[in-house]
Amino acid sequence: MKNRKQLLETIIHGIFLVLGLITVGCVLIISIYLVISGIPAIREIGLVDFLFGKKWASTAAEPSYGILPFILTSVYGTAGAIVIGVPIGFMTAVYLAKLANPKVKSVVQGAVSLLAGIPSVVYGLVGMLTLVPAIRILFHVPDGASLLAAIIVLAVMILPSIINVSMTALEAVPKEYEDASLALGATPVETYFRVSVPAAKSGIAAAVVLGVGRAIGEAMAIMMVAGNAPNMPSLFQSVRFLTTAVSSEMSYAADGSLQKQALFSIALVLFLFIMLINATLNFFLKRSKEN
Amino acid sequence: MKKIISFLLIAVFAVSTLAGCSSQAGGSVSTDGSTSMESVIGALGEAFENENSGVKFTYNPTGSGSGITAVAAGRCDIGLSSRALKDEEKANGLTETVLAYDGIAIVVNPENPVSDLDLETIAKIYTGQITNWSEVGGNDGEIVLIGREAGSGTRDGFESITGTEDACKYRQELTATGDVITTVSSNPNAIGYASLASVKDTVKAISVGGVVPTEETVKDGSYAVQRPFVLVTKTDTKLSEVAQKFFDFALSTEANDIITGAGVVPAN
Repeated sequence: MKNRKQLLETIIHGIFLVLGLITVGCVLIISIYLVISGIPAIREIGLVDFLFGKKWASTAAEPSYGILPFILTSVYGTAGAIVIGVPIGFMTAVYLAKLANPKVKSVVQGAVSLLAGIPSVVYGLVGMLTLVPAIRILFHVPDGASLLAAIIVLAVMILPSIINVSMTALEAVPKEYEDASLALGATPVETYFRVSVPAAKSGIAAAVVLGVGRAIGEAMAIMMVAGNAPNMPSLFQSVRFLTTAVSSEMSYAADGSLQKQALFSIALVLFLFIMLINATLNFFLKRSKEN
Repeated sequence: MKKIISFLLIAVFAVSTLAGCSSQAGGSVSTDGSTSMESVIGALGEAFENENSGVKFTYNPTGSGSGITAVAAGRCDIGLSSRALKDEEKANGLTETVLAYDGIAIVVNPENPVSDLDLETIAKIYTGQITNWSEVGGNDGEIVLIGREAGSGTRDGFESITGTEDACKYRQELTATGDVITTVSSNPNAIGYASLASVKDTVKAISVGGVVPTEETVKDGSYAVQRPFVLVTKTDTKLSEVAQKFFDFALSTEANDIITGAGVVPAN
């Protein structure tokens, strides 16, 4: 009887171990696969020519594979989305966590979760049909598909993660801190910005980094609004991101061609970017736990 | 003991997850390739399934290049390509059979007064030598060039027919025919190209050198911007019985109505 119980225990242990290893295995397989398939093209093109080349013409008779425009576009696009999205998201979080009455809070929170659940292709479609023509008419440019359109779409897309994570951080601030500040004569708004926000700053920083991660990895929505021409980034120019560079050409690139290998190299560069962002995120999350 | 048992369990589980990959079921036809061929191959596949109960027909819309690679690698029965095979592809043991001809329509916004351009002018527009609609008899406005992504069969077809390979100054490179139509329909200064079968009323297909793109003009060759839809098979490997049946059906005269219904012109 006892033996049987032990056996059952062992079986369950084994199952959990396998399930755990599946996740680890996936990460390992993807990382190794990306590195193995990403290195050959970089070696053939040359690291400097690849990373700092300004011209991408993968199917031309004399192809050139420079991804500087994609890297810069991804960096500018993400930075732009953060510049627009973080103030809005952060203020919303402060309002929801501290100021809003419960009814308003539940409505707004519901809307935020809904926003998080909208598929990215829908963001792209709405952007393509409304935002792109609006930019064309408002700014008198020949075509609205541009870096600006992508930035606006990304800014909206990162709002839910910024709001949710900063709100959690703000709500975790001990009430005693705020009570002490209020008792000393500070107004509620002063208290929120001088006491609660500084106390939650690692959590808020984590929210921003999470937003960066979401923005830099998005492909579908911006593919539909950014125009996808491999130009150097400029606000009203059609641009191509690291993600869209991979996805727009991958389905057509012939197996084993330098083009396909170069697409894997782009994915590798993107992967390294995201690893860096994740490391930063972990750093902030750890710090906010220690606090 | 405990360790050994759990290790054995892990091994068993690991093997059983790998065993999930099964071999292909009998009675199926798989096709893979050109996204432009979606409507025609979809209609053919449906009709074929209706006539032969129990047969499963699959179509994987990956693009001409991928389709050709897939059939060469044996990942599908028939590859679909919206361009003729290159000589090196034929040398690699592939055979092409023309299924139909597809006209590539040059589309502009319905508000645009321009309704006819010749091939040379279209090439000049796409290479950036003509940048304003007023130069070709339209309203004053910068021409916005909409195209497809590198590797697309439609782009390849358009650029090779107009002789503008690698020289097009695209403002937008979109990844689907539908996106091109939507974009052109929402920008009065845009010009784009799309498979004739997928042109909708939201855009205006212009005539090329005075010839309106219709089935008749594509078939008799007078409409200049056209390309073949090709079934790609391996030269030295026989198709499976079902796949061969589908292949014959697609090229038979009874399939012509279906092909015509999909907006392209049957080759036989």
